[in-house]
Amino acid sequence: MNPEERHIFSVLVENRFGVLARVAGLFSGRGFNIDSLNVAETHDESISQMTLVTHGDAQIIEQIYQHLNRLIDVIEVTDLTTGTHVERELVLIKLSAKPQERAEILQVAEIFRARVVDVKPTSLTLEITGDEGKLNAAIEVLDTYGILELARTGKIAMLRGTSV
Amino acid sequence: MELSGARSLIESLKQEGVEYIFGVNGGAAMPIFDALYGETDIKLIPMRHEQGCSHAADGYARATGKVGVALATSGPGATNLVTGIATAYMDSIPMVAITGQVFTHYIGSDAFQECDVIGVTRPICKHSYLIKSSDEVADVVAEAFHIARTGKPGPVVIDIAKDAQIKEAPYHYPESVNIRSYKPQVHGDPSQIAKAVELIKQAKRPMLYAGGGVVLANAAAELREFTLKTGIPITVTLMGLGAFPETHPLAMEMPGMHGSCCANYAFTDADLVIAIGARFDDRVTGDLGKFAPNAKKIHVDIDASCIGKNVPIDVPVVGDAKSVITELNKQVGKADIDPWRAQIQEWKQKYPFEYEQKGGKVMPQYVIEQIYEHYRDAIVVADVGQHQMWAAQYFKFTEPRQWLNSGGLGTMGFSLPAAIGAQLGCPDKTVVNINGDGSYIMTIQELVPAITLKLPLKIFIINNMYLGMVRQWQELFHGKRYSAVDYHDNPDFAMLAQAFGATGLRVEHVEDVRPALQKAKGIDDGPVVIDFIVAEEENVFPMVPAGAGLGDVIRGLS
Repeated sequence: MNPEERHIFSVLVENRFGVLARVAGLFSGRGFNIDSLNVAETHDESISQMTLVTHGDAQIIEQIYQHLNRLIDVIEVTDLTTGTHVERELVLIKLSAKPQERAEILQVAEIFRARVVDVKPTSLTLEITGDEGKLNAAIEVLDTYGILELARTGKIAMLRGTSV
Repeated sequence: MELSGARSLIESLKQEGVEYIFGVNGGAAMPIFDALYGETDIKLIPMRHEQGCSHAADGYARATGKVGVALATSGPGATNLVTGIATAYMDSIPMVAITGQVFTHYIGSDAFQECDVIGVTRPICKHSYLIKSSDEVADVVAEAFHIARTGKPGPVVIDIAKDAQIKEAPYHYPESVNIRSYKPQVHGDPSQIAKAVELIKQAKRPMLYAGGGVVLANAAAELREFTLKTGIPITVTLMGLGAFPETHPLAMEMPGMHGSCCANYAFTDADLVIAIGARFDDRVTGDLGKFAPNAKKIHVDIDASCIGKNVPIDVPVVGDAKSVITELNKQVGKADIDPWRAQIQEWKQKYPFEYEQKGGKVMPQYVIEQIYEHYRDAIVVADVGQHQMWAAQYFKFTEPRQWLNSGGLGTMGFSLPAAIGAQLGCPDKTVVNINGDGSYIMTIQELVPAITLKLPLKIFIINNMYLGMVRQWQELFHGKRYSAVDYHDNPDFAMLAQAFGATGLRVEHVEDVRPALQKAKGIDDGPVVIDFIVAEEENVFPMVPAGAGLGDVIRGLS
């Protein structure tokens, strides 16, 4: 068994109905894994970008790349993991926050450059962006106060420099 | 010019050169059938079941190389097409399947005869379109045909809402198609081709392994040139039979589970495998760990995702078989491999396809041999099962598109409707349908259009009163527990043919085989069905058991 690697694919697709189902179906039908998936329109409204995080051995990653390319609505596939890239994710975390804990939580939030997006008498909602490592660290610390609800966007990513 | 969506569809199909549409009418497709009424440029062929439509369109495409067209209504009409669409997809056959859909304002409401056809067919077609507006029709048809016939061919589904069929819109057929996200690679990378040539020059025990891609690319002539120029022995897969004449000394015949010992031993000993338009299917390779262990591998395929999928490849060449072989032919010469060729000849002579005459029974292999004697130049359309393997083994194919069968999906019931499509596409050829007693009855209703159209099909049933291939596996691997394979309750197929209105003959004795085949030759005003009652428990050999290596081929039961 070859070692499994995590890869981030940037997939430019035609902005049409049904494209997401074709991509998702490709993964489910062939037993490939999707760790996270993010889809949104680009600056060109006829094109959407998918950022797709997956894992598998080299042969599976190659198959994923080729099968994505084979879909008629896929314009371009880039394996970002093969170059230097920036990746970001956003998380919303709702914490249980009694008045006496609030100051301490805000201190922790400051360390992770989190923004407070909602405050209620017994809860606090934070927004944090960053890479996977930073978000995981933040979640670990904040969980000691009691996470009530958590939502992550999944990653978006881009190659560094002028290459597109 | 304003036309209804249905009329736009028919005009668009004419632009694509469509001759035949295989259809079954129904509510959500009625405007399209109405537009076909009285149409002379395109002939509507009414089939008796939608599965027959998709198989007939597929058979037409396989025989002619053109795009076949099937048409059905929404819901059950569309789902009945599915098996035929999947069959075409697995064998990369160019087809456009058109389905009616309920009115757009009903879509998603579980309306009568509504089904998410795009959803159902998504994993079994090359691409699909839902048309919700009449003005989309011409562009969609142009794209669909372009996608179906280029690159790695395949079926494309067009689902048209009923209001989009009825409403009028301006009609203009595009002169060319440009899809920014779809640019199939035709020509192989020259540096990859150079690497392939180098491996070919160095090889001492090279072999060619050609598949259906050679037929699809119309590259049989180029393949012949390559083989004759280099003198490299060749095995052609079930899907490619006829791409190289099996009667030639360099032909090792079909490889794999029921292939020739020669081809399978060659894989095991070869130091170079040159795969062209073949996909290292499990029925060819057997146990991957034991497949061609000593060989470097060159893989030429138009589909990059096919390369390295099952077997690691040393030199991948992505491109169209015709283009790549043409390039190779410019760069290769006679291979200096006399000892290897001698070894191949020895295997060929020592291990031909052979069978034992058992008692006075009609042996199925004998029937195939006699069909070959009588119909050497015919297009042979086989179904799926033991008869298919015997036909592949004992009929010696010499031309591409002479042998049609459902190789990838293995669809029983494929052959009779496919034979109808093949005969319409090739009216000057004799079309022989070799069928099994199990598979024949799965689409027997299509005898009706064959009779109505007066198609001179030769339908030969290799009737062993069993679901024979499954029975063989039960005999070998399930302790003869013949679960759900006993077909002794078959009807009398000769009488049944007569009841339909065709000529029906029954052959139970060896001495009647040749006269019956001779008699069938003279019947040209409609189909003739011959029910050959053959030895019941005959097995297909050689056989590489599932999971075994090709070197472990069983030549027969002793």
